[in-house]
Amino acid sequence: MATKLPIYFDNAATTRCDPRVVEAMLPYFSEKFGNASSRNHKFGWEGEDAVELAREQAAALVGANPKEIIFTSGSTESNNLAIKGAAQMYAKAPAGQQGRGHVITAVHEHKAVLDPCKRLQREGFDVTFLEPGADGIITAEMVAGAIRPDTILVTIMWANNEIGTINEVPQIGRLCHERDIVLHTDATQWVGKMPTDVERDCVDLMSWSGHKMYGPKGVGALYVRRRKPRVRLEALLDGGGHERGMRSGTMNVTGIVGFGKACELCRESMEQERERLVRLRRKLETELSRRIEVTQVNGHPDKRLPHIANVSFGFVEGESLMMGVKDVACSSGSACTSASLEPSYVLKSLGVGDELAHSSLRLSLGRWTTEEEVDFAIEQIVKAVEHLRTMSPLYDLHKEGIDISKIQWQAH
Amino acid sequence: MAYSDKVVDHYQHPRNVGSFGTSTDVAGRPDVGVGIVGAPECGDVMQLQIKVNEQGVIEDAKFKCFGCGSAIASSSLATEWIKGKSLDEAMSIKNTQIVEELSLPPVKIHCSVLAEDSIRAAIADYRKKNGLAAEAPAAPAAAH
Repeated sequence: MATKLPIYFDNAATTRCDPRVVEAMLPYFSEKFGNASSRNHKFGWEGEDAVELAREQAAALVGANPKEIIFTSGSTESNNLAIKGAAQMYAKAPAGQQGRGHVITAVHEHKAVLDPCKRLQREGFDVTFLEPGADGIITAEMVAGAIRPDTILVTIMWANNEIGTINEVPQIGRLCHERDIVLHTDATQWVGKMPTDVERDCVDLMSWSGHKMYGPKGVGALYVRRRKPRVRLEALLDGGGHERGMRSGTMNVTGIVGFGKACELCRESMEQERERLVRLRRKLETELSRRIEVTQVNGHPDKRLPHIANVSFGFVEGESLMMGVKDVACSSGSACTSASLEPSYVLKSLGVGDELAHSSLRLSLGRWTTEEEVDFAIEQIVKAVEHLRTMSPLYDLHKEGIDISKIQWQAH
Repeated sequence: MAYSDKVVDHYQHPRNVGSFGTSTDVAGRPDVGVGIVGAPECGDVMQLQIKVNEQGVIEDAKFKCFGCGSAIASSSLATEWIKGKSLDEAMSIKNTQIVEELSLPPVKIHCSVLAEDSIRAAIADYRKKNGLAAEAPAAPAAAH
């Protein structure tokens, strides 16, 4: 069968909504349109029942109690609520003062974690930004080394969105529980792909999103631990007191129904999907490394998500590489399309040199990725890199045995 | 981002890709001027080599480029434009002409600047190798 072009290798950005999810959502637009908070009639009860079913489906996916699930608009909101809400609740001094408490995070977190942490800094909290090792992983030891008597919150993502590496979240969780520190994890890329058990893994707060796991956009969840210890948050949105007072606003019933269905489907198919995706991703990484010299697979080789590959190709520039692989929809490791010309801060934090960070691709696979598509992507990437290397002055220098990093460049 | 048809054409079919030898070879050739501008960490390196005949005309030009599609197109276009021109004529090429020809958006203007700089650097290298003044002899300067 001919491969339909362009092929979609950007599942870490978003996924196609599963048709079974869409089907589950459809009645909740026009037929069962009630407000889940309307307690006095059938329309409201239908909405409420649907939301509570979704809450059970979400909880079952992560080993939580349904009462511990708060629905939000997505991971950005969940992260903001968790980080700002916990910091305000457990602050050691009132607003307006300094020394309000210490927060630990990492430099290669998503912006939806970094920016709330930077806001906390401006509001009197101290924040430590841990640096990962060359493998991209934040270990429990790194966190232990940064903990202070006034540490109130640790926020470390479960798996990285650009390179797919997995941090030591369960070990960090145990560490935090021994010291009465709240642990939040942004698990957007993790949940639905990998087995999750918030009890076993000692997580207190956990964010995830519907659209990264074949559900709809605009809906996500925050797990908030209710016992051992009970975690409390100060709300960001005040209003009708929905979601145990932590997230006011009329429930997005349709989205929540889709989110719940997506959680259920992930739970059912996770094991098979994981095996299949690991095999396809390995093929992609192995073939690219074998066929193209000076290729680097970024991040730890094994402690990584099944579906995200991040590969750097020496001597070619990322944006021109994207032009060459126009039939493979994927992400470039560099942000060259913006005026900043900054290579990826995530890759830089691993110590990947600027010129390699400029020339990397993030290829993320999903539920509908086929082996034919992987083969097609390999061929197109190999061809594009070869084309660009015939033009690359850096590749010439490499072949002449000259070390590019030793040259005095005329930077602009 | 959408690229103009001309950028895509130069990317797919770059003109005059290559060099007149390794960096060591061309360093010893007085008829070849080499300009290398940019830096890998900035995401752009352009290398332009010009071969100049005894009449001072650019007989041939070759480029290599590490950079985005617009950078590749700018340097490819530069080689087309300078071939057959005298050094002074080539010096008069402005980046704005490249911007216009390739319909470069504002964030890609630096690619055209880099191409102009590579032309100037290659000519400067040729003149230096041959003991020529940096610019064509000008009228005696007035007292400052």
